[in-house]
Amino acid sequence: MSEILQKLWDNGVLQLGIWETVYMTFISAFFAYLVGLPLGVVLVVTAKDGIHPIGWLNRILDLLVNIFRSIPFIILMVAVLPAAKLIVGTSLGNKAMIVTLVLAAIPYIARMVESSIKEVDKGVIEAAHSMGAGEFRIITKVLIPEAKPALLVGAVISLVTILGYSAMAGTIGGGGLGMIAITYGYQRFNDEIVWICVALTIVIVQLIQEIGMRIARRTDKRAA
Amino acid sequence: MIELINIFKDYKTKKGSFTALRDVSLTINDGEIFGIIGLSGAGKSTLVRCINYLEKPTSGEVIIDGKVLGDLKKRELLKLRQNIGMIFQGFNLLEQRTVLKNICFPLEIKGVSKREAEKRAKELLELVGLSDKEKAYPSQLSGGQKQRVAIARALATEPKYLLCDEATSALDPDTTRSILELMREINRRLGVTIVVITHEMKVIDTICDRVAVMDNSVVTEVGYVAKVFSHPKSDIAKKLILPELKTMENITGGDRIRLVYNGESSFTPLLSNIILACGVPLNILYAQTKDIDGKAYGEMILQLPDDSRSSEKVRNYLKANNVTFSEFEGGEQNVGNTAKAVG
Repeated sequence: MSEILQKLWDNGVLQLGIWETVYMTFISAFFAYLVGLPLGVVLVVTAKDGIHPIGWLNRILDLLVNIFRSIPFIILMVAVLPAAKLIVGTSLGNKAMIVTLVLAAIPYIARMVESSIKEVDKGVIEAAHSMGAGEFRIITKVLIPEAKPALLVGAVISLVTILGYSAMAGTIGGGGLGMIAITYGYQRFNDEIVWICVALTIVIVQLIQEIGMRIARRTDKRAA
Repeated sequence: MIELINIFKDYKTKKGSFTALRDVSLTINDGEIFGIIGLSGAGKSTLVRCINYLEKPTSGEVIIDGKVLGDLKKRELLKLRQNIGMIFQGFNLLEQRTVLKNICFPLEIKGVSKREAEKRAKELLELVGLSDKEKAYPSQLSGGQKQRVAIARALATEPKYLLCDEATSALDPDTTRSILELMREINRRLGVTIVVITHEMKVIDTICDRVAVMDNSVVTEVGYVAKVFSHPKSDIAKKLILPELKTMENITGGDRIRLVYNGESSFTPLLSNIILACGVPLNILYAQTKDIDGKAYGEMILQLPDDSRSSEKVRNYLKANNVTFSEFEGGEQNVGNTAKAVG
């Protein structure tokens, strides 16, 4: 192990980087789901073949999601920094990055949720209607519980995507492994550090993927 | 009582409008098992969905126990639906819930406490014979078991009516029989009025009291099963009653007649008597007995001799002996012709 790497480890920079990456990813995902989950549900419910079609609302939300999804993250990141400053008081560091990650993840998560819930069997929804369930009950007792395994798989994919974004955020002053790779590796022409950061990221992604999919499989009662 | 009055249902499609129901009027009495039979696309699934307003008719009225469904507020309609259970061809169970929790589901919607709901669910599992499966998930059950759970679920709120949309169409013959028996038991023991949608005559003559025959968005005839069975008026009814005979088109030769035996006379001496009395050969093309409403019904398709003098002899003999028969013109190509029932 090279000297500089040893130093980073001894100073706790590397450990902090790992922690920051994990922490930014999960906190951002949490806040993004607070908006993305209801948004995804509304997209399904208000659709033409949904349980409560509202054409205009559906078209507007659909368009908004598409617009935000088509902006490359690196541009969105810079563009929303003023907003981050407004919300958390700074445009630097983890807090600011969380704001940008949440904004970038919301439309992504909304689409994930939408496609998961669309998979729920129409017959089951019809059965719920026949029992006299109203729309809200159908959402909370049928759509979300029946889509739970798919929603969990979607969450795993979203987490990995957000983790990728968070590494990019390192270039403009966000913390985490991305920042270490950029400042200690790329800018100082030290390939070893870059690769170490890549390896660590791979390990984190693997862990999220493995554990997440295991949970998703366990909750799915269809494959007995 | 369920009353359907002049129901029309149109669907708007990209290619224009499509009429699924045309001026359908029916009355379904309390306590009966009412069948609606028709080929796929006849409109029967749409019709049954109009009963609980899963499909809103374009015009016409649905009246259940005096309540006009079109006049109800949404909340009242949801409440009324709790009094109408429904089961489906695809069972439509919640895959992520246990059997017990599936049966609790309509009770949760109704606002029944968890403890009470589970108690009721266990009673129902006993009724449908699946007490040992309460912790199982739907994916662990066979088709017949799934439909039993669906029936238990539909009965959880103690509805007065049960709608069955092709409930046995995905099941094998043995399972179909056991599900039909269960439905009859529910009707007799709990007094639930049952509406059965099917394309199988067997389902109708096993459990139904009355039947409506549907074809091309229209109800072509309604009546007691035994009556419709022995005297089918519409072409579609004839076709549905004797689906096997579609394959007989290629048989040429003399006229064919359909005899119906209603349990009070016997076939065997009748046949030999015809042959002896008329001195003509007869060809049996088809014979079957059915149990309709606990009474044995037999039917037989006979091919008469080619010359009209001999065949007239047979007809006269049958008329003289009061045997119900009709000219049989089975086969698609003859659907346009109407056989006259003579009795």
